[in-house]
Amino acid sequence: MTELKCVGTTVARKDAIEKVTGAAEYIEDRFLGPLLYLKMKKSTVAHGKIKKLDISRALEYPGVKTVLTGKDYKSKIGLYLVDRDFIAIDKVRYWGEPVALVVAVSEKIAAEAVELIDVEYEELPGVFDPFEALKPDAPIIHENLGSYEVVPIFYPQEGTNIANHFKLRKGDTDQGFAEADLIIEKEYYVPQMQHVPIETHKAAAHWSPDGKLTVWSTAQSPNVVRQLLAKSFELPMHKIRVISSFIGGGFGGKAGAGLEGLVVPVAQKFPGYVARIVLNREEDMQGTFTRQAMYATLKTGVKINGKITALEYKMIWDGGAYTEYGVNIVRSAGYSSTGAYEIPNVKTDSYCVYTNNSIGGPVRGFGMCEMQWGIERHMEYIAKELKMDPLEIRLINGMKNGSTTAAGQVVEDVDFKKCIETVADQIKWGKKEPGSNGKLRGKGISGLVKCPAQPSNASSSAIIRINEDGTAHIMVGATEMGQGMLTAMSQIASEILHIPVEKIDIKVPDTDFTPYEWQSVGSRITYTCGTSVKRAAEDALGQIYRAASDLLQVPQEELTFDGKMIYSTKDANKKATIAEVADSCKKCTGEGIAGPIIGRGSFIPSNMTNLDPETGQGNPGMFYCFGATGAEVEVDPETGVVTVLQLASSIDAGKAVNPQLCKCQLHGGTIMGLSTALYEEVKFDKGVMLNRNFTDYKISSIDNTPHIDSFIIETPETKGPFGVRGIGEQPMIGVAPAIANAVSDALGVEFNTFPLTPERVWKTLHEKK
Amino acid sequence: MAECVKISFTVNGEQETRDAAVGQTLLSFIRDELHLTGTKSGCEIGECGACTVLLNGKPVNSCLVLAVELDGKDLVTIEAIAKDGKLDKIQQSFIDHAAFQCGYCTPGMIISTKALLERKENPTDDDINEALSGNLCRCGAYQEIRAAVKDAAKK
Repeated sequence: MTELKCVGTTVARKDAIEKVTGAAEYIEDRFLGPLLYLKMKKSTVAHGKIKKLDISRALEYPGVKTVLTGKDYKSKIGLYLVDRDFIAIDKVRYWGEPVALVVAVSEKIAAEAVELIDVEYEELPGVFDPFEALKPDAPIIHENLGSYEVVPIFYPQEGTNIANHFKLRKGDTDQGFAEADLIIEKEYYVPQMQHVPIETHKAAAHWSPDGKLTVWSTAQSPNVVRQLLAKSFELPMHKIRVISSFIGGGFGGKAGAGLEGLVVPVAQKFPGYVARIVLNREEDMQGTFTRQAMYATLKTGVKINGKITALEYKMIWDGGAYTEYGVNIVRSAGYSSTGAYEIPNVKTDSYCVYTNNSIGGPVRGFGMCEMQWGIERHMEYIAKELKMDPLEIRLINGMKNGSTTAAGQVVEDVDFKKCIETVADQIKWGKKEPGSNGKLRGKGISGLVKCPAQPSNASSSAIIRINEDGTAHIMVGATEMGQGMLTAMSQIASEILHIPVEKIDIKVPDTDFTPYEWQSVGSRITYTCGTSVKRAAEDALGQIYRAASDLLQVPQEELTFDGKMIYSTKDANKKATIAEVADSCKKCTGEGIAGPIIGRGSFIPSNMTNLDPETGQGNPGMFYCFGATGAEVEVDPETGVVTVLQLASSIDAGKAVNPQLCKCQLHGGTIMGLSTALYEEVKFDKGVMLNRNFTDYKISSIDNTPHIDSFIIETPETKGPFGVRGIGEQPMIGVAPAIANAVSDALGVEFNTFPLTPERVWKTLHEKK
Repeated sequence: MAECVKISFTVNGEQETRDAAVGQTLLSFIRDELHLTGTKSGCEIGECGACTVLLNGKPVNSCLVLAVELDGKDLVTIEAIAKDGKLDKIQQSFIDHAAFQCGYCTPGMIISTKALLERKENPTDDDINEALSGNLCRCGAYQEIRAAVKDAAKK
């Protein structure tokens, strides 16, 4: 590969000035025009039949335009399993489920009118953990599960609460366990968490008399929103325009679609108005996707030399009341179920189970934080039993080039060893530090891996327009939620076109103008959209060379481009600027040569396959991104307070397009992981979410965030653009286990769940005594 | 309609007289009446700091202040931090250190930093942590923010 000029350098974010001056527009800033305000009436029971729903008093309230109920929505919505009503019809399945929607001329009036809606429920027995839900006599949450439309890679079981059962069988676990010298079996539990982006979910819609629907949305994928709306409301795609803006944090919570569908019938009923819904913090926490809780049993067989011969992983996921998206998290955790390690014999059963808790769904990590919590804690038990170094156990079993995943996919371009040794070196692994003032110190490490969880047909595209003056516009359907997409795509285009980043404009998507991108999820954009942009730039450059060849009367292969001039390598006087080529495209005779230059690029992965329904074997990963986390903690045994002294995080980015922004992602993911390790747990009481604000649901703030030592490893991904792989989610995965392993090292007690709150640490320590 | 009160105040250096609805928050007044949308809403109950503005030079959560309390006071929002088309040193430092990702908390973060640097010329890590502990950043740009604030102080 020739030396790179722009990819691999740090340039300032494309959105920097807008974001520091308050000029950056987020979606709510674009809700203009005659506005209608929407407010949901929410259920007060977790599972019940709607016996009476009287909206008459609300309808009469001055300023109320209308009140909608479930019957105003003709279909359900869902990305993978179409199981969700926009507004409950006949029954509610979780506490806080919308049962009616007030439309009014102000937010205040809408909120007041909500209180005038009279609902009576016949409460049904609820199920609040998946084990209850799996019992043969458990109340059935979705009576018509068998009739729901589902993508045929998921397996809902009618007459049960099982929304998906993912099965994986690799090798022969009976033989694997027979070969083992030691069998270890443990249970693990990961509670629900919430994304809590500082910008809550918001959407608005406008219906034009000519039948054009415009939707403004905080969603991570305007194209998927359009796809789901087209289906739900039976509209052709060219009549739906979905506008994205800067997104104030997504973290998976804004994947798919939800609110967007809620606002559509209101807009249709009141053409010319902009019908808007803005969730407040409590509504956002309670009513949007939570991370599904995982209850797991993990059994491994190990030889005395540390080699793991067999793994049996049973994961039961609390999918909540609707699992339209959750079914895929369960699948993803299933096909990745050996984590960063190669294990020859694997039996995994991963169940997505309906309960009457809040809706489960995608969160940064997409099942990996939960599933690898089990794997990475289990490594510690193995090391202890064998009296081996936990680092050594990980190195013995860690994946390398040519290893096969649980799904049997061969991984390439892997340097997991470097990732984990880097963090181990940083925290001076093996050197135990004494604590001070009665506090105890410990160290822990964790490996991690993730591939994007996406269907094999998840595609991507880009358009690059070259202006008359040689500047350029990039058009993509990827969204900007902080990850730095705009900057990375500009750098990739700049690298190929030799047009400096400051002469490239790139905007957030608008489905009427920007080309298709499946979703900005799964740490996939730099790879997928990056490939599309690279191809579009190459296409544009090819057109520039062809036009220049004609203009200068020089064969194409004789031409070169130094970033300023396209010139003949044989006669440097034969030259033209991009502007000259892009502008007139004319010879001195006035004959036309070529029209405006528009580069086009698209991408679909060619290395993914369907998985065998019985064995889960196949190629689910577009690429695999490995990394590691190391931590040193100090624990106060009197109070249970954990202080993080060192936190080291490494990720194999393949090639960091922008090292500064890559590190920001690495730090951000690590901090989110730390926040879940120490603080975050959504608490329910019979389906009622108890901690619905930042006081009761604590997240990391600056005063409790330690310094992070971060390391970008660059083992090029052969198929990625410039060797790139995505890293957005991965840094989060190893943090909770690394912290827990360190606390365990300090105290000599084990943790099979987190967060490691002072209460939990103290109790665990004192139970031992 | 809601009862209104006439209030006089300065906003970003300009004298203004407006009607403010009784019960309206300063955050809503800033966004919906003054159309200064750089100030962001994140929780509306004083927990996240996204709506931080300077009121008589002090950082406040504008969601916890009533619009009528603005009467006779001086309000500064993120829109007035850059002067004459030139970025403030804090803004430049935030860019240099990439001290934001999604950018939603950034206006509040910069306002809180502005107030801190008015009080302390050379803040320590502890000073920064204390001054910005009420501004939540879910993207986790805290490490970059600490570096940016220190760097801005030096400029």
